[in-house]
Amino acid sequence: MRSFTYERAASPAEAARAVATTQGAKFIAGGTNLIDLMKLEIETPTHLVDVQDLGLDRVEETEEGGLRIGTFVSNTALSAHPRVREDYAVLTRAIQAGASGQLRNKASTGGNLLQRTRCAYFYDTNMPCNKRKPGDGCAAIDGFSRQLGVIGTSDSCIATYPGDMAVAMRALDAVVETVKPDGTARAIPVADFHRLWGDTPHIETALEPGEMITHVRLPTPLGGQHFYHKVRDRRSYAYALVSVAAVIQSDGTGRVAFGGVAPKPWRSEAADAQLPNGAAAVVRTAFADARPTEQNAFKIPLAERTLAGILAEMRS
Amino acid sequence: MEFNAPAGENLFDRAKIVGKSTPRIDGPLKVSGRAPYAAERHDVAANQAYGWIVGAGIAKGRIRAMDLDEARRAPGVIAIVAATEHEPVASSDFNYAPLFGGREVSHYHQAIAVVVAETFEQARAAAGLIRTSYTNGEGTFDLKKAAPGAPLASDRPSDSAKIGDFDAAFAAAPVKVDERYTTPDEAHAMMEPFATIAAWDGPKLTVWTSNQMIEWSRQALASILKMDADNIRVDSPYIGGGFGGKLFVRSDAVMAALGAKAAKRPVKIAMQRPLMFNNATHRHATMQRLRIGAERDGRIVAIGHENWSGNITGEAGENATLQTPKLYSGANRLIANHIAQLDLPEGNAMRAPGELPGHLALEVAMDELAEKLGMDPVELRIVNDTQGMVPGEPDTKLSDRNLTRCLREGADMFGWSKREARPGRSRKGRWLTGMGVAAGYRAAPTMKSGARVRMTDRGQLVVETDMTDIGTGTYTILAQTAAETMGLPLDAVRVELGDSSFPVSAGSGGQWGAASSTAGVYAACVALRRMIGEKLGFDADAATFDGGRATLGVESWSIRDAGALTAEDSMTFGEFKKDYDVGTYAGHFAEVKVDAYTGETYITRMLAVCDAGRILNPLSARSQVIGGMVMAAGAALTEDLHVDKRFGFFANHDLAGYEVPVHADIPHQECVFLDTLDPVSTPLKAKGVGELGICGPGAAVANAIYNATGIRVRDYPLTLDKYLDRLPAIA
Repeated sequence: MRSFTYERAASPAEAARAVATTQGAKFIAGGTNLIDLMKLEIETPTHLVDVQDLGLDRVEETEEGGLRIGTFVSNTALSAHPRVREDYAVLTRAIQAGASGQLRNKASTGGNLLQRTRCAYFYDTNMPCNKRKPGDGCAAIDGFSRQLGVIGTSDSCIATYPGDMAVAMRALDAVVETVKPDGTARAIPVADFHRLWGDTPHIETALEPGEMITHVRLPTPLGGQHFYHKVRDRRSYAYALVSVAAVIQSDGTGRVAFGGVAPKPWRSEAADAQLPNGAAAVVRTAFADARPTEQNAFKIPLAERTLAGILAEMRS
Repeated sequence: MEFNAPAGENLFDRAKIVGKSTPRIDGPLKVSGRAPYAAERHDVAANQAYGWIVGAGIAKGRIRAMDLDEARRAPGVIAIVAATEHEPVASSDFNYAPLFGGREVSHYHQAIAVVVAETFEQARAAAGLIRTSYTNGEGTFDLKKAAPGAPLASDRPSDSAKIGDFDAAFAAAPVKVDERYTTPDEAHAMMEPFATIAAWDGPKLTVWTSNQMIEWSRQALASILKMDADNIRVDSPYIGGGFGGKLFVRSDAVMAALGAKAAKRPVKIAMQRPLMFNNATHRHATMQRLRIGAERDGRIVAIGHENWSGNITGEAGENATLQTPKLYSGANRLIANHIAQLDLPEGNAMRAPGELPGHLALEVAMDELAEKLGMDPVELRIVNDTQGMVPGEPDTKLSDRNLTRCLREGADMFGWSKREARPGRSRKGRWLTGMGVAAGYRAAPTMKSGARVRMTDRGQLVVETDMTDIGTGTYTILAQTAAETMGLPLDAVRVELGDSSFPVSAGSGGQWGAASSTAGVYAACVALRRMIGEKLGFDADAATFDGGRATLGVESWSIRDAGALTAEDSMTFGEFKKDYDVGTYAGHFAEVKVDAYTGETYITRMLAVCDAGRILNPLSARSQVIGGMVMAAGAALTEDLHVDKRFGFFANHDLAGYEVPVHADIPHQECVFLDTLDPVSTPLKAKGVGELGICGPGAAVANAIYNATGIRVRDYPLTLDKYLDRLPAIA
């Protein structure tokens, strides 16, 4: 870990300005991912701007009947919030499928959206990685790729976005609210928040330099039945091989998002439309452009079987 | 004292303390955080600096250059010892891969430098500034490719044996199994990493470290650092898990010693977790072939077990055939154990080396045979149990073996009769359920072990031995043994362990520690009893020691009246033991449920019924066995060091990527000990259990998965990607 300087920002706009204007600066919230990456010198910020005291730790009702979640609301608080449990159960289930109680106490909503991939080669600074070092090459594509992405990947990078919370948020069509260094705000649909890797796998989100997440907005509740099934090798605690977030209505229509398969929570409206036709139809549509490796090709039938299990549960 | 004949009736047959469930005497220190582990020994040496080990970034080759300038100028840096500026350390009898090898790199994350600084953070930050360039060498990293040309490990019977005419008998057998199994490389993944504080006082070196084998490591350090062993003190009173990974000196101790010399200050190193997989030793991967031929009534007529593994030297691999000559009958037998040369990090002992992967293959092959025979797998094992002889070693006598009881009593306790014999037929909703069984065998060796016992003039007893407690409960069983032998209450005994200034013990390894070290303490206590008798004028060997008094006939003496006395002795084990196979046996049972949609496996129940002689402390022995069962569950389901065959290293080198079971993964576990005694083992008639617990449960889980799903997977771990396509069709 390199030495760094540290400040606590007084307002979101000031925090954004500080990160934009200070060379090598980054935001820090819960730190559950960033600090680990700094210890391994995968991240080497020279300045940290702490955003935990900005009053962004509340969940508020919106006028249209949704929720507006402050960026510093902890995973624990968000998953336990009565309105979330009642109206957005897929989100509660997804959050509780991630990490441990201790980490969820510390992890923030905004930070969770920004957690970085768990590719073994990204984590080993002796190995080539286009994400760590643009143009360096990718050790994963022909290497240990069992955990990695099957769709939305590129010849530069096959890493996944590893989280759970965002997969549920994608099913709910959440919106990420930000503030830019000039003080202006914008709203980014979570569908557009994470980027596909393309030739620039080091650029992971739609955020501009210094732009800071302030809130995540959940639209009005969808009703229906909510499912989150996270499949992993070790059932207690591990990143997903595949996860499926689904909100299914009584008429069999609904929404489904997949985690652990792509640079972002993977959902398409065309695939959603296939829900009444069953899991195979959904997965065939959602994964039509998949480019798995030999090691991770199982993720596609696993996604189908996981969704089929959910639909069977729905029927019973 | 020499143990030169099977034990007759003795004081342990009337024991009041030995054999009784006894909470750990070191428990209060551990639960209050006051048991001093190596990296926490702030009090032992003033002015400690911090060391950070730099690991090689390639698997094989040579260091071209190391740029150390920026690191040397970094804040707080006191000294850097780097491979380009320091001659390689010497080797020892205990290490195959060099611990600090100069410019030559023989495996990934081999130590190439230590940075010593005022603080941990400064050492770590400076280490990140070292720039190293390499010339890559060619290496062999793929066991599958190397195995076909791999020679036999040795011509010793454990590596190569033929009895009868295996080929003809197997060919003629009416029912047979011929299958291949693979097991992956595995990591010890102990909670406490390698850690050492090293301090020099002139020519004398002290290392406060975390190590299972004090004398081995003192001798190894002397070889490695080319110094007189008498100038080295090793101290390791508390160890946060070892599993064989701490049998030997590792680079933390070597680099702390070199760093301390360079810095002219005591240096502390705790190895960073990402280095704990490639810098360390590991359990070797295996490829195994099992051929078993049987008559239609189940009696085995031919059994062949061939094994291939690899290691950095081309020697000392994972001998997965070890249990096969011991477990089942069969007149025609073949054992062949091959070792390939690989350039991966050093493979070495990990809990039940050989037997863990051996059971994963043999005990599944037995399940496959039972199915072909249409026989209950418990009955098949019982039919082929050989009371009174060692199947693969007809000239060896058995000491005490109760495998059939383990299996029968286990089956009763587990509700085996409720098992649906037809695989894949027990389904409730999305869950397929099944039960599996496996037998377990682990040798119960003993090694010479010494101790010193000091009686104070207030009648307190202090036991000193370089024996270690790796979480196993050694402190407590040694206190129990001393208290029993001297006729003192348990709280009159204090136990001091792990210091090389104490008498040399057997150490902790190979499941020999408990049996050997309690025998050693017994020997020292007998010597002390004789000193007391001499002083007070009675024949100690004829007297009974109880309640602080020695009694002989109508006379009685308070042993305190003998005053302060110190006795020292070792237990050595006589030639007669070579005529016997002294083993421990188990019946392991597991129940699982498998998600018919996703293939996720949940273990729902586990049972081990163990036959291991006198159980010295049922409470801590149970912990040993259930811990072994947890580790076996990991071997069956998740643990897998993924070899990157291009770069030559274990790619998943942290605890997020190497998945060991945690509490939430493990269901209700039962462990039952048969009430048996083994008079051939030691005067206490006790044997180890720490490795018996891992021998078999993994195969029981695999067999339960087969029973649940009807799907046989022969490549461990049994992750769902290997059988997803064979699960029931989905709607």
